[in-house]
Amino acid sequence: MSENTNLRDDGFVIAGSTFHSRLLVGSGKYKDLDETRQATEASGAEIITVAIRRTNIGQNPGEPNLLDVVPPGRYTILPNTAGCYTAEDAVRTCRLARELLDGHKLVKLEVLGDEKTLYPDVTATLEAAETLVKDGFDVMVYTSDDPILAKRLEDTGCCAVMPLAAPIGSGLGIQNKYNLLTIIENASVPVLVDAGVGTASDAAIAMELGCDGVLMNTAIAGAQNPVLMASAMKKAIEAGREAFLAGRIPRKRYASASSPLDGTFF
Amino acid sequence: MQIQLNGESRNIPDHSSAQNLVELLELTGKRLAMEVNREIVPRTTYAQHSLHEGDHIEIVHAIGGG
Repeated sequence: MSENTNLRDDGFVIAGSTFHSRLLVGSGKYKDLDETRQATEASGAEIITVAIRRTNIGQNPGEPNLLDVVPPGRYTILPNTAGCYTAEDAVRTCRLARELLDGHKLVKLEVLGDEKTLYPDVTATLEAAETLVKDGFDVMVYTSDDPILAKRLEDTGCCAVMPLAAPIGSGLGIQNKYNLLTIIENASVPVLVDAGVGTASDAAIAMELGCDGVLMNTAIAGAQNPVLMASAMKKAIEAGREAFLAGRIPRKRYASASSPLDGTFF
Repeated sequence: MQIQLNGESRNIPDHSSAQNLVELLELTGKRLAMEVNREIVPRTTYAQHSLHEGDHIEIVHAIGGG
């Protein structure tokens, strides 16, 4: 930001750590690890989600590892529970992730309810969140855009609430900005839009609503030029945040001239 | 002895430890996590953790995801 900006964006805090990039990115769906690395760098993101899966036994023993291109020393790795349809599987995945990442406590919890929509199973999500918080995890939780549920998850002790903008990977953009606004107004933990963003303007809209950040994967990795889209998203997040801090003008039905009427000579 | 490794049956030498299994699979030094019968086996205890006939073992790592 420029030096004459009164209100500086000093970042946001998740589980005691301050982050300056409000764009969080996933590492899935890239064509190869080199593209993953380039797009991740172009996004400027500090928090990168990863999935936990079975190691391929006996195949390509020398194959490069994701964590070589997004090293935990440089990025905050956010293991997810993608693909889990029960609270038990989600908790198990988080415990494996903690072991994998040397005691790392920050996780992205998602418990899915349905393969077609990938909508969260909110009762199972609540159950898993309670178990994980008791077990000492810092839980960033993916949820629906229901304000009541978002508050319940916060009360459970989640360190960030992450409502969807639209179904995962759909690219439909912000579908219910009024619910998101309510969630943001009610929350005393960071609120991040997670899932459904399609292009840069969607990310800017999320930030203009006052979200603390946006987490996305497909919108970048699925773009024709993922590295360029990562750069676009970075700018959109920054622009949206600055617009939110600047305070937009009220919407009016009719025009308001920008040039003065005094001094006209005609 | 026979174990279930990542969902598939596999024969490994009797009295193997978790450490022996990691070596056998040429995964030494890789960043991974292991579960035996749904319990995490911390990597600091691989050498002491004896495996048994019929154990269900999962070895996982991090891959791209959103």
